Amino acid sequence: MIHSLFLINASGDIFLEKHWKSVVSRSVCDYFFEAQERASEAENVPPVISTPHHYLLSVYRHKIFFVAVIQTEVPPLFVIEFLHRVVDTFQDYFGICSEVMIKDNVVVVYEVLEEMLDNGFPLATESNILKELIKPPTILRTVVNTITGSTNVGDQLPTGQLSVVPWRRTGVKYTNNEAYFDVIEEIDAIIDKSGSTITAEIQGVIDACVKLTGMPDLTLSFMNPRLLDDVSFHPCVRFKRWESERILSFIPPDGNFRLLSYHVSAQNLVAIPVYVKHNINFRDSSSLGRFEITVGPKQTMGKTIEGVMVTSQMPKGVLNMSLTPSQGTHIFDPVTKLLTWDVGKINPQKLPSLKGSMNLQAGTSKPDENPTINLQFKIQQLAISGLKVNRLDMYGEKYKPFKGIKYMTKAGKFQVRT
Amino acid sequence: MPLSHSYPHALSCPHSFSPHSQPLSHLPSPHPFPIPILSLVPPHVPIPSPPAISPLLSLLPYCAPPRSPVPILFHVPPIPCPRLHVRTPHPVPSPRPHPMSPSPCPHAVSPLHSRPQPVARGPAPSSKPRPHTPPSPKAPPRKCSLLTSAGAGGSGRRGGQVWAGGGGGWDGRERSSAIRTGAVRGCLRASPRFHRGERGGTMTDSKYFTTTKKGEIFELKAELNSDKKEKKKEAVKKVIASMTVGKDVSALFPDVVNCMQTDNLELKKLVYLYLMNYAKSQPDMAIMAVNTFVKDCEDPNPLIRALAVRTMGCIRVDKITEYLCEPLRKCLKDEDPYVRKTAAVCVAKLHDINAQLVEDQGFLDTLKDLISDSNPMVVANAVAALSEIAESHPSSNLLDLNPQSINKLLTALNECTEWGQIFILDCLANYMPKDDREAQSICERVTPRLSHANSAVVLSAVKVLMKFMEMLSKDLDYYGTLLKKLAPPLVTLLSAEPELQYVALRNINLIVQKRPEILKHEMKVFFVKYNDPIYVKLEKLDIMIRLASQANIAQVLAELKEYATEVDVDFVRKAVRAIGRCAIKVEQSAERCVSTLLDLIQTKVNYVVQEAIVVIKDIFRKYPNKYESVIATLCENLDSLDEPEARAAMIWIVGEYAERIDNADELLESFLEGFHDESTQVQLQLLTAIVKLFLKKPTETQELVQQVLSLATQDSDNPDLRDRGYIYWRLLSTDPVAAKEVVLAEKPLISEETDLIEPTLLDELICYIGTLASVYHKPPSAFVEGSRGVVHKSLPPRTGSSESAESPEAAPSAGQAAEQPAVIPAQGDLLGDLLNLDLGPPVSGPPLAASSVQMGAVDLLGGGLDSLMGDESEGLRSDVGGSPAMGGSGFAAPGPAAPAGMGAPLGSGLGDLFDLTGGVGTLSGSYVAPKTVWLPAMKAKGLEISGTFSRQVGSICMDLVLTNKALQVMSDFAIQFNRNSFGLAPAAPLQVHAPLAPNQSVEISLPLNTVGSVMKMDPLNNLQVAVKNNIDVFYFSTLYPLHILFVEDGKMERQMFLATWKDIPNENEAQFQIKDCSLNADAVSSKLQGSNIFTIAKRNVEGQDMLYQSLKLTNGIWVLAELRIQPSNPSFTLSLKCRAPEVSQYVYQAYDAILKN
Repeated sequence: MIHSLFLINASGDIFLEKHWKSVVSRSVCDYFFEAQERASEAENVPPVISTPHHYLLSVYRHKIFFVAVIQTEVPPLFVIEFLHRVVDTFQDYFGICSEVMIKDNVVVVYEVLEEMLDNGFPLATESNILKELIKPPTILRTVVNTITGSTNVGDQLPTGQLSVVPWRRTGVKYTNNEAYFDVIEEIDAIIDKSGSTITAEIQGVIDACVKLTGMPDLTLSFMNPRLLDDVSFHPCVRFKRWESERILSFIPPDGNFRLLSYHVSAQNLVAIPVYVKHNINFRDSSSLGRFEITVGPKQTMGKTIEGVMVTSQMPKGVLNMSLTPSQGTHIFDPVTKLLTWDVGKINPQKLPSLKGSMNLQAGTSKPDENPTINLQFKIQQLAISGLKVNRLDMYGEKYKPFKGIKYMTKAGKFQVRT
Repeated sequence: MPLSHSYPHALSCPHSFSPHSQPLSHLPSPHPFPIPILSLVPPHVPIPSPPAISPLLSLLPYCAPPRSPVPILFHVPPIPCPRLHVRTPHPVPSPRPHPMSPSPCPHAVSPLHSRPQPVARGPAPSSKPRPHTPPSPKAPPRKCSLLTSAGAGGSGRRGGQVWAGGGGGWDGRERSSAIRTGAVRGCLRASPRFHRGERGGTMTDSKYFTTTKKGEIFELKAELNSDKKEKKKEAVKKVIASMTVGKDVSALFPDVVNCMQTDNLELKKLVYLYLMNYAKSQPDMAIMAVNTFVKDCEDPNPLIRALAVRTMGCIRVDKITEYLCEPLRKCLKDEDPYVRKTAAVCVAKLHDINAQLVEDQGFLDTLKDLISDSNPMVVANAVAALSEIAESHPSSNLLDLNPQSINKLLTALNECTEWGQIFILDCLANYMPKDDREAQSICERVTPRLSHANSAVVLSAVKVLMKFMEMLSKDLDYYGTLLKKLAPPLVTLLSAEPELQYVALRNINLIVQKRPEILKHEMKVFFVKYNDPIYVKLEKLDIMIRLASQANIAQVLAELKEYATEVDVDFVRKAVRAIGRCAIKVEQSAERCVSTLLDLIQTKVNYVVQEAIVVIKDIFRKYPNKYESVIATLCENLDSLDEPEARAAMIWIVGEYAERIDNADELLESFLEGFHDESTQVQLQLLTAIVKLFLKKPTETQELVQQVLSLATQDSDNPDLRDRGYIYWRLLSTDPVAAKEVVLAEKPLISEETDLIEPTLLDELICYIGTLASVYHKPPSAFVEGSRGVVHKSLPPRTGSSESAESPEAAPSAGQAAEQPAVIPAQGDLLGDLLNLDLGPPVSGPPLAASSVQMGAVDLLGGGLDSLMGDESEGLRSDVGGSPAMGGSGFAAPGPAAPAGMGAPLGSGLGDLFDLTGGVGTLSGSYVAPKTVWLPAMKAKGLEISGTFSRQVGSICMDLVLTNKALQVMSDFAIQFNRNSFGLAPAAPLQVHAPLAPNQSVEISLPLNTVGSVMKMDPLNNLQVAVKNNIDVFYFSTLYPLHILFVEDGKMERQMFLATWKDIPNENEAQFQIKDCSLNADAVSSKLQGSNIFTIAKRNVEGQDMLYQSLKLTNGIWVLAELRIQPSNPSFTLSLKCRAPEVSQYVYQAYDAILKN
């Protein structure tokens, strides 16, 4: 099972180590550094590295490498999933997960890590349970602790740990009982030069924030559940009921959680809400090139596209760009060759465009690679797949909760080739 | 595909070769070579000052060829202590030091060097000290940094301080490794890279880091012994903080342990944290803590009890383990499940420290009892603990699963945490269901896990399903449902974080090879996004090629072409290569692939062009004589090639097609100028290419060939090159005809998919889905450390195959086999196994080792024709021969692809023939089909040929009747075969003694052998023949019955038969119906025996006769058969199993023909 964990920052500094079995020397990380050296960018460090005696499995999040050391045959996904859980827990505890934050809370971090694994076996990874065991640091609590001498370590067995619903603690009480659901869909797409879609798929999630007293039993039904043929559920969802009736029935965890994630594949014909018209022209033997892109709405069901941001990695041969946007601001970094254009909202009457010229390195031939345009955008109150929640019912408790549902469509990895 | 394949295949050559031996006759007598290593090292090697480095570095690409026959590996010691540095072995490809090697980079001159000079890698471009060659502009800087790290890394820690000096203010005490790596990188960019958050906020823990004063330990000691609780706690926190960054605070052990007796839970936990880290280094002190643990195990608060039992197990001190037994026993039976589940893990910990103790105390049995615990979390932890213990003791039968315990596990599966589900699923995967019904019911209960949010759960569930699916019949509806259910979760894994994607992709790579149908419609999800990490991109590309088929090839090619214009060089290279692989895999797309590659060559991007040329070479090998028109375009790029592989490929192309390239000699000559600067593979290729050129155009190239031979033999000290040079020289000067046969021999076609995982390994890996083995694509035994005799897992055999569904004996077959000792007395059990395998419950256990070896040796067609040729090509087998008539008249072989190959090996060749057919003893009256007309007179200017094939006493004959229906006399007959699947070739010239007068016929029996060159034909038994006479050359093709290839020693040992039957995967089984045959079993048996199909066993099941038969083909392929005969039914059922399933159909045709005549 998981032997040790090393946290390494971007400059190759081990700033935290935790061992669950015997101590593994940190020199084992040298193999990791070697791999890091070889990889051009931090993202490219391979996640599984073998060394003569150990295996190093790593994830890279928030500019920190979480490197787990294992010695025996352990499912790598198990380790990687666990590392992600560690990151999520830190984020949950400290708001952000950064080197400074971890160093500032090193003792809590250590205590939390100790609770999460025992001898390499996961012990408590649900944030509800962890928070009962080790209370997250808040300024107020720190002050109170200093005065009263009490600690932020819980001394009672966490309630949910062994119940049939381990994700929910008992005795929850709220004055305002509310349940909010966010349906968020991200479109991953590759659009080719001519504007036709090569692949497009939707990664959707339903995130929930449920603050309800007692042990509520919720059912959520959809107008068009047939869209959801590829789903991953939170453990609270009763799978049988879904299989037979296509209804989500569950006792929710307390607070924020991801109820389900789903995947709508290309076969179900995804509507692409935006288009990009581009004319990027590197002329041979001339030191000037033309650059022009226009962004416009396509199938948006009448909703506004906002938060549009265009980024593009220009080829090395581009020295500088002099561009004028019709709206928004743009930056070209001549060192990294990254062009960023913050467009904002798209007004269908007056399409935003970015036009101008590029200074190319004189004497070199036309660049071989064409820049790929990366697009980000948001559309409020629209789930592009057409998914709609029908109704939410609560059983088991007597009060009337406040219910809310929100839809949003975002660009995931949305790429336009030129 | 190594280019070296191109020469040593021998074939006879019909052309008479005019010897040009005169200039070559003075062969220098091979004398023992002085090994010029020592003598050539210059006496004084100037150590270059840093500015002089760059020209030296630029040579490096040439110093480090990618492959070399003699890698020397550094011995890597185990990590003895944390400070010592162990690195991966760097293969040093050549044992000889480069004459100017001592100082290619500044770090190498460091006096601190403690290991072999890394620059010794690579064969020297020249053995002589030479002035520095001017810097090549394309020296990749990557190589340089690689060397740097290898060089400086060796001296890492000791040298660290030296380099660290440049780094500026770092505290050297605590970061040996950081300094080391810093040192490595410091060489490249000296920058202070360790900044430490010195912001000691009052509210945060970072204040614990600020004390770096010398008296730190003493101060802490005082604080730990303070009376104030708060101060104590702060002090312990400081200690823990120091521990986290790797400082040694073990000196404080007694003081920290003193703080253990406290009511404050946080303080207690902190002390425990400390204890776990340091107890091992202070075993005597650790005993002090035992009392507290024992006391805590009695605490009314379950949290404290659990904490105590948990920490106890983490104190890895042998001495105190015996004190732990009693508390642990109590906790294993604790009323609180939380304590029980913690105690379960503790057993695993204790087992790790002292396995004997755990066994003696009976903890293992208690642990097994916990599998039936009422609480699912306890069950999950017990399973996890048992699995871990079982892994270190594979022989112990700990997880002895039976249907009851499986049921418990399946119930717990629904209720336990995600991690518990992983343990349970992995455990389930090791279970062997007793029949397909049980397998199906387990599958049904596991499928909901495919919708879990935790990807590890999903993949473990996939493993269980993939494994148990093997047992389900393919006709079952459920089988199809399951296949459909598997695709979406696999696709979903690809939308997760890149690290998860990577592991998922590695596993999908296996799944796609095992069951391509699952993801065949999901090609698009493997399309690469440009910001995917490189490791994801490369894996996706791999799978794209695996999924490529005629249906989606257009899309795939368009994508690949797109990728070929990306920035990342590695990726682009692989994409270009992928296009070549598509061409080889999907024949219909070859043309489009070639034109895509040509487009890419037009981009003139250097590395794209080079990769393209390398793959085009492979395409030429796969489709000879099809795309050679592109050679001109390739030649245009000759000058831009700077990588050895591309240069070698280009030179191969030029040499191979020298007769079509007008200025081949000029091109090759241009390479020759810098001969000594080329890498070995280029040199070898150049040598071969020039010799080929010489053989094709002897008149113009004598000078050139002399030049290259002397360069290779006299001026080179590379033994490979030298020896090959001498061989050519000797050949050319003594026997130019033989030279031509050797050098211009037919090359084997390259196999379709070069990198498929071998099927038995694939099956084993499928059992390891989701594990490290699946990421590395190696069985755990190959890499898991300390795997003490890892048990090989194997897929369960399929049970409910379609025939058994209606066969009445399916269930009780095992018993029946035992009841029939009379049929096969000695083999009762084994036959039982065989029957089980096919019809009844599965039999576990690895296949017999012997059988796998055996089958490995004969897996010829299955492994591609290459290996077949590899076997055939030993020695120069074929003799010069053929009838004079043929030799003189320039007889052309049918089709442009076979210019050679019509020799008639008489002497040694015939010997081989007898070797192959072996033990001639049984006088076989093989079935001979009536003669049919192969070549009607209409098509052959009056010559009619009819014939048939026969096999007698181990030799194959082609019985021909030649009839002259023309008006003129025919004479000068000769015959030649095109290459064919089994290497059939005439063993003697076609002997027609007298000219054939009009309206006369002659019967000829032409002996054949199977040592000719091999090319897979479609259909497999197609034979293309060319017959020549004084009028013209005529071509026809005919199908030969496969049974002429059944050899006399095709009777397999019974035992071997059973093992082999089991060993051949079920996919290779083919079933046929032989209709309208009214023979009884004995008659069938004897009839087949006449044609070398041997009956090994016969048994009678409920009135049906089952015959088990074997036969062997001339090329060593075994075919196993089961023939089922029902007395009342004229239609027999024939099941064939063979490593090379493509022959099954033809074997069936042979059966059919033999039985019906």
